[in-house]
Amino acid sequence: MADDTEKLWWIDREGLQKLIDYLAKQGHDIVGPRIDQGAIVYDSIRRVDELPRGWTDDSQPGVYRLQPRSDQEHFGFNVGPHSWKKYLFPPLTEVMRSRRTSDGWTMQAPDVESPRYAFLGVRACELAAIAVQDQVFVNGQTQDPLYQLRRSQLFIIAVNCTQAAATCFCTSMGTGPECEKGFDLALTEIENGFLLAIGSEAGRKAADAIPKRIALSDESQSGQQRRHRAREQITRKLDTDGIRDRLLARLDHPHWDDVASRCLSCANCTLVCPTCFCHSVDEVHHLTDDEIVRNRRWDSCFNVDFSHVAGGSVRDTTRARYRQWLTHKLATWIDQFGTSGCVGCGRCIAWCPVGIDLTQEVATLCGGNAP
Amino acid sequence: MNTAANPWLSHTAVIEEIRPEIESVATLILRLEDSNLAGSYRFSPGQFNMLYVPGCGEVAISMSGPATDNGHRITHTIRTVGRVTQAIEQLGVGEMIGVRGPMGTPWPIESLHDRDVVLVSGGLGMAPLRPVIYALMEEPKRFGRRTLLYGARSPDLILYADEIDSWRESGIDVHITVDRATDDWHGHVGTVHLLIDRLASIDPSRTAMFACGPEIMMHFSAKSGLARGLARESIWLSMERNMQCAFGMCGHCQWGSHFVCRTGPVLRYDTAEPFLTVRDL
Amino acid sequence: MTKRKPKVAVVKFASCDGCQLTLLDAEDELLLLAESLHIAHFAEASSRLEPGPYDVTLVEGSITTHEDRERLLRLRGESRYLVTIGACATAGGVQALRNFADHDDFLRAVYAHPEYIHSLATSTPIADHVKVDFELRGCPIDKHQLIEVILSLIAGHRPRTSSECVCQPCKRRGTVCVVVAQGKACLGPVTQAGCGSICPAYDRGCYGCFGPSRDPNVRAWSDGILDGKSDPGHLANLLSNFNVAAPAFAQESQRLWQITGRIPEQLPGKVTDGR
Repeated sequence: MADDTEKLWWIDREGLQKLIDYLAKQGHDIVGPRIDQGAIVYDSIRRVDELPRGWTDDSQPGVYRLQPRSDQEHFGFNVGPHSWKKYLFPPLTEVMRSRRTSDGWTMQAPDVESPRYAFLGVRACELAAIAVQDQVFVNGQTQDPLYQLRRSQLFIIAVNCTQAAATCFCTSMGTGPECEKGFDLALTEIENGFLLAIGSEAGRKAADAIPKRIALSDESQSGQQRRHRAREQITRKLDTDGIRDRLLARLDHPHWDDVASRCLSCANCTLVCPTCFCHSVDEVHHLTDDEIVRNRRWDSCFNVDFSHVAGGSVRDTTRARYRQWLTHKLATWIDQFGTSGCVGCGRCIAWCPVGIDLTQEVATLCGGNAP
Repeated sequence: MNTAANPWLSHTAVIEEIRPEIESVATLILRLEDSNLAGSYRFSPGQFNMLYVPGCGEVAISMSGPATDNGHRITHTIRTVGRVTQAIEQLGVGEMIGVRGPMGTPWPIESLHDRDVVLVSGGLGMAPLRPVIYALMEEPKRFGRRTLLYGARSPDLILYADEIDSWRESGIDVHITVDRATDDWHGHVGTVHLLIDRLASIDPSRTAMFACGPEIMMHFSAKSGLARGLARESIWLSMERNMQCAFGMCGHCQWGSHFVCRTGPVLRYDTAEPFLTVRDL
Repeated sequence: MTKRKPKVAVVKFASCDGCQLTLLDAEDELLLLAESLHIAHFAEASSRLEPGPYDVTLVEGSITTHEDRERLLRLRGESRYLVTIGACATAGGVQALRNFADHDDFLRAVYAHPEYIHSLATSTPIADHVKVDFELRGCPIDKHQLIEVILSLIAGHRPRTSSECVCQPCKRRGTVCVVVAQGKACLGPVTQAGCGSICPAYDRGCYGCFGPSRDPNVRAWSDGILDGKSDPGHLANLLSNFNVAAPAFAQESQRLWQITGRIPEQLPGKVTDGR
């Protein structure tokens, strides 16, 4: 085992298909990148040719476009509108159900059942995001049963980025671009196939089940060069040095008003964010008032009602809500969970309909002395 | 199948008794239907339950009865202010409600032995402090001087007015102030933190303060406490925020570095102070 | 709790009846609902009309005539809860386009004998005339929201509908943003949710039929979309729809019309040309 994990293997396209077949046979639902609705999204995958082969994505603040590549690579893109949280922390889940009886109510939690997922194509920033959500949903005092089950059954095939988008800043957050931990297997796509690294016992078993050979030294070198290229392409920066204290010293900075004048408070940044975990529970009448379902859904600190108390909303201005999001993500998250809430994936920048860029806002807020 | 307990599951409880208090405030006594659960249910003063009305939703309410009670007798004092409390107001004795709890941090009563205690409460902030009063009455010898400063809007809005004599009889020094006096009111008039300023003598090195009430009232009370020489580490507040999951996962009650439902509601002043002065946080 | 069946009326003013049809379309639910409430007045469904008072009155349509206003005032007096349903009742409807133009011009353009028409110069929401207890947005309203509101009122709970914007259900259902990925103009970020975010799921922008979301930053929305080179007239058209008279939409559409150089008085003609 120890030997295997240190070795770098080589597989071809067929090998990748064999890996998918093996995982499916083991009872996994394989989900990975696919083209849908003009973007690369995460969905069920059974065949290698369902991958976005020969496509790339161009992400800019507020703009995302699919573009054909000049080659036929399978993973020649970065991150799109979806994140893996939609599987581990689904957007809508039943958490409880009450039924009316002759003398009152009975209350029951649903049985927690789930497909066994295998994620194909998890990037380094996304591995970090999963680790961040683990802190929220399973590593604290209370565990979320569905997340816990899905996470414990999860098989992760990571993919190293070989290029970077204009919105990427994982290097600032210390989360990438290389996949270092938190996966069962990790791939690096090279000219003639994929380099395969093993990250766990389950990963070794899977690797044993597929045809592979030791990677040749020029193949390993090519992988290294490609990973290096991704790192070199990242130009966006967020200065994290002392960021917690710098932001908390600027809670009354006039720039919050400037962001608020541009921000739609539409919550898109929080919903595409792979670490944002906020949710609400709705009461839903099941046809009659004799059965009531409580559904948990993704919610956002950008909603006026989110901070509602008896006296009204605590954060009833966009200024207060944007400040809450940014300072929680980059500052107080550290107090609560021991890590930053930001992994530098850039989704909040690309998928903001008006292109607000948190790296720029932080630079403006933190430039100069605290007011 | 997963065997981990579902933290969202509410447990049915029967409303055993409803006692009207002041205007639009009533005290409910609940009994958990499952007697095993009822027997093992324990809480500490300052903690809260999530009360659930099916079809309407949940609301966080502190326990206001003695901590010696178990789940056969859970006491909540509730003001009708929002959707869920309105729905609770419509329920009668014998009807059912859902209960999840206890949740949150308690008042650190255990750490107060041999110390002087000043309780400062405003309005309905009396309810989460009443279990502390019961604890102070239970074992008077374990504490030093015990003082309650209580501010109500007007004399008819003094909560638990019929109990206050018994608190005094047990040796608690009770001072009451109202914002608006009536003709027959002979006590203090003005905000409650002024009573801290007026307290005859405080030995700050051995005094602890628990404050519970509107945020602005706690803010000024803490300031008055500091002015009398109390250490930041000797002052505790009970914060209110929107609580939904009550176990630090849903994000609604985030306040600076806190999840008010998990690291609070009872917070030591030094951990709350940086955020208490920031508007709309 | 005494379980007398609540008495319900469904009443319309200036509207297309589409929202009432939503209630009729809720076939399965309606049968079950009929067990727990008494529908006393619903002209769209039955010619048997019982007089008030009513526990719950669902009001469709806007106020466009003096007679309608009088009828509404009487109805309010007979109703314990008055719930407005749909864009006409909550914002004045598409017929409120007249509020931004010359009413007499409209009459002359539409009717052979305008002298017989005695309508008001404006189409206004119900809440401009009487107290409204709860409002349900949409053109038409959403059946699930309607049923939740009715069931809440029956149970004696104050109803609650989410105040989030269309983007949020859109993201929860996994729809890829049509603004970011395709550069389409979409009112989702400034429109109240409740429809299920249907339009972007079918590859078109939201056209705001649920009206403005709470405290919407419509100016920043159009600045952001215009940055993507949309035509201000197109955005103004988008805002000048079923909720044209909703203040947040009206304010921005008027500003955009001015950018285009077309004065607001020309609006009705231009809109017709554009369709």
